[in-house]
Amino acid sequence: MKAIYKKELRSYFVNPIGYIYLGVFLAFSAFLCCYTTLIAGSYSTANYYSNLILSFIVLIPLLTMRLFAEERKMKTEQLLLTSPVSLTGMVLGKYFAALTVFAGGILVSCVNLIPLYVIGAAERNGTSSQMRQIGPVSGEIFGSLIAVLLLGAALIALGTLISALTENQLSAAVVTVGAISLMLGASLLGRMSDADGQPILAVAFRSILDWISVFSRFSLFSTGIFDYAALIYYVSLSFLFLFLTVRLYERRRIG
Amino acid sequence: MIKVEHLVKNYGATNALSDVSFSVEKGEIVGFLGPNGAGKSTAMNILTGYLAPTSGSVSIDGLDIQKDPIAAKRKIGYLPEQPPLYPDLSVEEYLNFLYELKGCKADREKHLREVAESARVYECRKKLIKTLSKGYKQRVGIAGALVGDPAVLVFDEPTVGLDPKQIIEIRNLIRGLGRSHTVILSTHILQEVQAVCDRILIINKGKLVADERTENIARMTARTRRFKLKIAGPQKEVLALLEKIPGVSRAEVLSERDEDSYTYLVESGDGVDLRKKLFYTLAEKDYPLVGMETLGVNLEEVFLSVVDTAEEAASARRRAPRRNRGRASAETDAGKELFEAAAKKQGEEEKTE
Repeated sequence: MKAIYKKELRSYFVNPIGYIYLGVFLAFSAFLCCYTTLIAGSYSTANYYSNLILSFIVLIPLLTMRLFAEERKMKTEQLLLTSPVSLTGMVLGKYFAALTVFAGGILVSCVNLIPLYVIGAAERNGTSSQMRQIGPVSGEIFGSLIAVLLLGAALIALGTLISALTENQLSAAVVTVGAISLMLGASLLGRMSDADGQPILAVAFRSILDWISVFSRFSLFSTGIFDYAALIYYVSLSFLFLFLTVRLYERRRIG
Repeated sequence: MIKVEHLVKNYGATNALSDVSFSVEKGEIVGFLGPNGAGKSTAMNILTGYLAPTSGSVSIDGLDIQKDPIAAKRKIGYLPEQPPLYPDLSVEEYLNFLYELKGCKADREKHLREVAESARVYECRKKLIKTLSKGYKQRVGIAGALVGDPAVLVFDEPTVGLDPKQIIEIRNLIRGLGRSHTVILSTHILQEVQAVCDRILIINKGKLVADERTENIARMTARTRRFKLKIAGPQKEVLALLEKIPGVSRAEVLSERDEDSYTYLVESGDGVDLRKKLFYTLAEKDYPLVGMETLGVNLEEVFLSVVDTAEEAASARRRAPRRNRGRASAETDAGKELFEAAAKKQGEEEKTE
C-alpha cells in the first residue's frame, strides 16, 4: 500500500495535473477569500468556505480521474493486481494519495486567512480593551477546515470509484463532475423546500434529498460546532465508495 | 513448482479454458504454444492471480493462488503481453517502485543493480521509460519481473513486435534466466519454443492437446526426411526422374529458379537415406546437383498434426447436429489460419537461404 501511495503521490507531480490542481485551487481560494472577507468587510469565514466547496465540482475530478482509468489504459493494472498487494491496499494507497494532495491544497490555502488575523489585531490595538472579540473566530475556521476535509474525502472516494469504472480519464472526469453537481443540486433543492405543513410524501422526498446532499451537512461545522452525525456520514460515505471500488475489482477478476 | 489442476475459465457463455491440468518442475523452461485466441493469455493470467478461474486450482510452490494470493504472488514474476510500464518514470524509479511494491527485503541498491544488469538495462537506468525503444521496454519489463527474485517467471509472448536482433537477445536472456528460475513462456512462434524451451505444452481452443519434451517432439518428425535440392536441367524431366527414385515419397518443384537450375523439395519415408542415391541417379542422367540441403525438424507439422488430430476427434464426437455447424466452421477457419501461418513460415525459411 505504501509503495502505491508513494508512486501515486509522485505521479501527481511528474504529470502537470498536480500543479494544475494546486494552482487553480489556490488562485480560486485566494480570490474567494478576498471577496467574501476583505472586500465584504467581514471577519466571518462562513461564506468563504461554503463557496469554496463549489470549486470541488471541477477540481476533485481532476485529482481522481486518472487514479484507475490510466492504469487500465496503460495495462499497468495487471502489474498491481499480480503483485503481492491486497486489493484493499491498492485502492487505499491511491485514495490516500489523492487525499494528501487535496489536504495539502487546503492547508496551503490557510495563508489566505493571515490578513484577517493581521487586520483584526490592528483593529483591536486601535480600540479600547473592551473590544477583545474583534477579528476572525478560530473555532469557526477549524470547524470549517474539518468539514471541508471530510467533504473532500467523501467526494474523492466517489471519484475513485468512478475512475475504476472506465479506462477513459475524460469520461471519468465528466461523470464525476456530473455526480458531484447532482449532489449539490440535491442540497439546493432540499434547502428550497420547507418541511413544515407539507404532505408526508414531500417530507419523505426531502429526507432522501437530504441524505444524498453531501453539501448540506456542512453548515453546523462552519458555526464552530463539531457535528458528529456529519462526521459519521462523511466517513461512512467514503468507506462505502471505497468498498464498492474493491468489490468492483474482485468482481472483475472473476470476469 | 507449479501445479495446475482442472482449470476451467468461462467468460459468460464462451469457454476460454476447459479442464487444463499440468505441472512444471523446478528449473524447467516450459513453452506454452498455441494459435492466437487459444487461451494462452487466459491461462497465464490465471496462473499469476490476475484472473480467478471458474473452477480448478493453481498452486505455486505449494501455495494456492486463490487461498493465499499474497504469498503465492510473491513467488511469481510476471511479464504480461504488454509490459506494464509507467512511461513517466525512469527505469531506476520504476524498479524502485517495484522493489517497494513487492515488499523486497534484499539490499536495495545491490539487488536492483543485479536485476538491471541481468536484463541489460543498467546502462539506461536514468532514462525515462517513454523514451526507450520497444526492445528496451521489453527488457525493462523483464527486469521488473525479476525484482524480488521470484522462483517462477511467467512471460506472455515476450518477443512479439521485436526486430530479429532483439528477438535473439531476449531469447538468450530467457535461456540464461532458465538456469536459475522456473520459466513459463507463451508464444505462437514455434521456433521460439524450439530455441528456448525444455518442454512444450500445446493448447488449442482452451484445451491442452500435447505435453511433450522438446526433443521428443523433434524425434516425432525425424522419421520423415526432407531435402531441398538444386538441380540444373529441364524441370519436367528432372521431376519425373526424382519421383521414380525408390524411397521418394514426395517430390515437388519450389518456385525458386537460378539460371538453368530449379529447386525441388524431396521427402523420403521412414529412415531411408536418399542422399547417395539421389547423387548417383542425377549424375547418371547428367543433371548436375548444384545444391543440397537437409531441412530440419519442422515443428509446424507436429503442431498441425497434433491440433488436427485433436480437432478431428472433437468434431467426430459431435457430428451431425445442425446447431454445431457454426462452431465447426469456426474450427476450420482456425485450422486454415494455422496452415497459413505455417506456409508463411515456410516461405520465410526459404527466403533466408
